[in-house]
Amino acid sequence: MASDLAICVDSLSHHYGQRQALCDVGFEVKRGEIFVFVGPNGGGKTTLFRVLSTLIPLQSGTVSLHGYDLSRQQHLIRALIGVVFQAPSLDRKLTVAENIRLQAALYGLSGTILQTREAELLEQLGLVERADDRVETLSGGLKRRLELAKGMIHHPQLLLLDEPSTALDPGARSDLWEYLYRLRDTQNVTIVLTSHLLEEADRADRLAILNEGSIAALDTPDALRATVGGDSITIQTDKPAELASGVRGKFKIEASILNETVRFEHPDAHTWVTRLVEAFPGEINAITLGKPTLEDVFIAKTGHHFWQAEGTKP
Amino acid sequence: MSPESPAHQTKIVPVVSRPLLAATMLCWREIIRFFRQRNRVIGAVGTPLIFWLLFGTGLDRSFQLGDQGFREYFFPGTVVMILLFTSIFASISIIEDRREGFLQSVLVSPISRWSMVLGKVLGGTLIALVQGIVFSLLALFLPGVKTELANWFSIFSLMFVISVALTAMGYVLAWRMDSSQGFHAIMNLVLMPMWLLSGAFFPIPALGENGILHWVMRVNPLTYGVTGIRYLMFGDVNMKTPGVFWVPELATCWIVTALFAAVAIFFAWKVSGSRTTGDLL
Repeated sequence: MASDLAICVDSLSHHYGQRQALCDVGFEVKRGEIFVFVGPNGGGKTTLFRVLSTLIPLQSGTVSLHGYDLSRQQHLIRALIGVVFQAPSLDRKLTVAENIRLQAALYGLSGTILQTREAELLEQLGLVERADDRVETLSGGLKRRLELAKGMIHHPQLLLLDEPSTALDPGARSDLWEYLYRLRDTQNVTIVLTSHLLEEADRADRLAILNEGSIAALDTPDALRATVGGDSITIQTDKPAELASGVRGKFKIEASILNETVRFEHPDAHTWVTRLVEAFPGEINAITLGKPTLEDVFIAKTGHHFWQAEGTKP
Repeated sequence: MSPESPAHQTKIVPVVSRPLLAATMLCWREIIRFFRQRNRVIGAVGTPLIFWLLFGTGLDRSFQLGDQGFREYFFPGTVVMILLFTSIFASISIIEDRREGFLQSVLVSPISRWSMVLGKVLGGTLIALVQGIVFSLLALFLPGVKTELANWFSIFSLMFVISVALTAMGYVLAWRMDSSQGFHAIMNLVLMPMWLLSGAFFPIPALGENGILHWVMRVNPLTYGVTGIRYLMFGDVNMKTPGVFWVPELATCWIVTALFAAVAIFFAWKVSGSRTTGDLL
């Protein structure tokens, strides 16, 4: 049973002093899947990443990776996982190749195995020409590739990445995803990453929305969108409160106010555009019909906008 | 970027922890980094060299201990100062490692704590030792220096043990710090007094002469390193004033310095098990 699970987490909680960073989190990740934790900054993603990557000790709850218990079999887990940190973990005074060799030594690789692996990674990640350049001379995108190379040096079966696409331009971001997909498809590597971008979470096999230390939703992107219940209508108006109560009164539709806009979801949302404009002449500045996005899912599950979540109560 | 290139595909080998390989590479990293940061080389050798030239020349005639002028007396202290400075710079690099994020990838790798400590301490030690050796060869131009090869072998060995002790001690002090500013305070409050009170700069008064200073210098582990080097370089030239100055035996110097190193290494290993908020970038 446990053997086909890459990660199994149950009632995991973590706090820094008084501040609760994770609260009773539980989930499972299957082998060979790409799983994204998405959520606003401060939602608990990085704490979860630190616990899974063995950087900080487990405080309460149970975590197992490939059947190994995180609290007792840390060494086995460390050999199994590849970790790519959000903050750079490169030695800037060393060259690209030297960084790879150093990382290899930490995982017990040397000699011809190291040479082949080094050449292979440099080629896969397009770093061959920069192999002898010092890391401090690399661009942000190339540094991130080198971080990936470091994380992959020992052929980990489980790759953990914290905010891997931060500071990457869109092209580099697609390259990254291309690489992750191929890792999954050709080597059956399980990939778990965190992101604060909803559109990135859309690329995952499954995703979990992490908000204020708890999982607000967990499923495939499509299944999550389906829970929203149809397309959404967003109305911009000068008097959102009055319009919302007008919509509720006239059409018996549960409209809510978010960010000074009135919005609701409805299976036949498209038919409502003209009806609304006719029903409230002069009150509507703009009206938008949208397919449900993960943003809608986030709003539905947490009751506020994605970008508002940050900086609200701890 | 493509994970599978047809040209070569390494077969997947299970990860085996090889602590000595890891320690060697971490040590190698220290050395490479040191020589790529030229200001560190200058700082670690330049300052003591200037100290020695200025104080040695300035105080040479007003200081006389046995047959020694200050230039000779001060020389072993300068050697230890070089070891101290270099070791301290090596230890500060832990703070940088942490701040630059490098330490994170070491902490989540399967290598053991002692492998990490060994790599760091040995790296700092070798850097300190090379500089100490280069400087100490200047002693061959001083009057009264022993030139037997065996003696110099002993000098270098003692320097090695002193460097291990100092690097490991710096490691313990630096581990929990999240900024190098904090380390400068430690350096001025702990390390410089420790060096000044080691007999590097002035001899240890006998118990009857100044009881407090005598004991402070006597319990300072660095005293035994400085005195040991002085013994091995000049013989027992400054043992000639009993009742005025106190000097430990050479064997005691070796034993205390070795204990100092062992205790410092132990604490470095111990402290590495603890996590600090600085790990969390």
